[in-house]
Amino acid sequence: MSLSPENVKQVAHLARLELADDQVGPIAEKLSNILAMVDQLSGANTQGVTPMAHPLDMHQRLRPDAVSEPDRREAFQAIAPEVDNGLYLVPKVIE
Amino acid sequence: MAYDTTTWEVVIGLEVHCQLLTHSKIFSGAATAYGAAPNTQADGVTLGLPGVLPVLNKTALEYAVKFGLAIDAKIAERCVFARKHYFYPDLPKGYQISQYELPIVYEGHLDVELDGADGKQVKRIGITRAHMEEDAGKSLHEGYVGQSGIDLNRAGTPLIEIVSEPDIRSAAEAVAYLKKLHQLVVYLGVCDGNMQEGSFRCDANVSVRKRGETKFGTRTETKNVNSFRYVEKAIEFEIERQIDVIESGGRIVQETRLFDPGTGETRSMRTKEDANDYRYFPDPDLLPVVVTAADIERVRATMPELPEAKKARFIEQYQLPAYDAWVLTSEQALADYYEQVVRESKAEAKLCANWVITDLLGGLNKAGKSIAESPIDAIQLAGMIARIADKTISGKIAKDVFEAMMAGEGSADDIIQAKGLVQITDESAIVAVIDEIMAKNPAQLEQFRSGKDKLFGFFVGQVMKATQGKANPDAVNRLLKEKLSG
Repeated sequence: MSLSPENVKQVAHLARLELADDQVGPIAEKLSNILAMVDQLSGANTQGVTPMAHPLDMHQRLRPDAVSEPDRREAFQAIAPEVDNGLYLVPKVIE
Repeated sequence: MAYDTTTWEVVIGLEVHCQLLTHSKIFSGAATAYGAAPNTQADGVTLGLPGVLPVLNKTALEYAVKFGLAIDAKIAERCVFARKHYFYPDLPKGYQISQYELPIVYEGHLDVELDGADGKQVKRIGITRAHMEEDAGKSLHEGYVGQSGIDLNRAGTPLIEIVSEPDIRSAAEAVAYLKKLHQLVVYLGVCDGNMQEGSFRCDANVSVRKRGETKFGTRTETKNVNSFRYVEKAIEFEIERQIDVIESGGRIVQETRLFDPGTGETRSMRTKEDANDYRYFPDPDLLPVVVTAADIERVRATMPELPEAKKARFIEQYQLPAYDAWVLTSEQALADYYEQVVRESKAEAKLCANWVITDLLGGLNKAGKSIAESPIDAIQLAGMIARIADKTISGKIAKDVFEAMMAGEGSADDIIQAKGLVQITDESAIVAVIDEIMAKNPAQLEQFRSGKDKLFGFFVGQVMKATQGKANPDAVNRLLKEKLSG
């Protein structure tokens, strides 16, 4: 599978990554190589094999429903760029 | 319905986000209480700080299973959490942990009662799936210039998203389905059902097509409608808008719309052309969740009696008409209240039903109060009904006692005592009053005896007036008949 420059631009946009035009071509090539490598897996016979959701052959452990985390707003907000009245402030977002 | 239902068919599917009533978040031990000061319930996991790991809340999983059992759905032995990617400031990780290919609950249904041409009809609405996911935070746009304030207290609150099949054919059906679903999750105790606080919110997928078409029309999705009435209005508006567009030669664009309660209209949200490219993949931070048959049985053992079963039992056990049973089982708290009244008063079940439905619910409704806020508790109401049953007071006097109890004047016995309302059952006392009234009203007596039967009511009224309504009505009727006929 090979990626077109348009594919790369689209994925970069979705991931909010800024790419200069001259980066698109080389990245498309590198990503295509990675995909080609992964593509070797398609050669494996997977008939009757359940797709794996996780490499560890274990299942999720569960937490009891109890409040264990105290309020540490002050500590967390000390490293935030901007806060006001307990709110984190971000550039305006409008629906 | 303002549109021509012989030409057009409406197809509706609903997605309901239902907050699970847990103490802590779905993947961390931060609190989930509503209304706390901003960000005081946002821990490292909620904030998506580096190095933290989510761990699933056992109760959230059990609640999802409980819901699945209640809608007769399949419960996945193995389900998987996936990352759903999009950028928004109230989603700090840049992805929402949700479920995609393998949800916990799938292939269920809900039977909804609808008003049909010939009475109530039952329609089965399919539920495609219900998956677990985390809620997002809240953005506050007011009060800041060029900035938004973010409160992440709600982020990470456990949700189940309940997705219906496109089986719904009108706004009224949609509301009936939502009400039934709402009643169910509240009964199950998995959700508080508070729509104002956003505990139960609905997205409506609506499309229209010409009757006879086999393909669905293009649908729009109206987001986050948080009352039954708004859902109905939003869907009705959307149906008519779509029909207008098509009839005037236009095409429906697949898009997300917002309902404006002020105008009763929906409007297009800014179209994001790649909004639906969420790039789902299994979350490597979470292992597959395994639910065993034994786990399911454990949850099944905690299932309360559900509304349908309770209604059937009320009809059977208390010999109530279907309507009474339906009203009394509409809410778990009301059903419990009623059963306590019957138990404590030891009175006839139908008499208790009448008092609870007509007087109590009527009074609460007028006062804008819920059953939980009732000024009269079940034991107090039972105490009053017991006084009717043992003939201490008449049903008519009981209305006054009830009013006084609603006004907080104390128990039925206190009020009966204080106001001297004990019913007069002593027949010699009633006869004495009758004699006096006959003596005072010779003209009426004369007329009655010469055939003016209607005057019987006059005499009853006089006796009741003279006894301030305390005379036992049966005794008054019987004794008056004897005395008046001479």
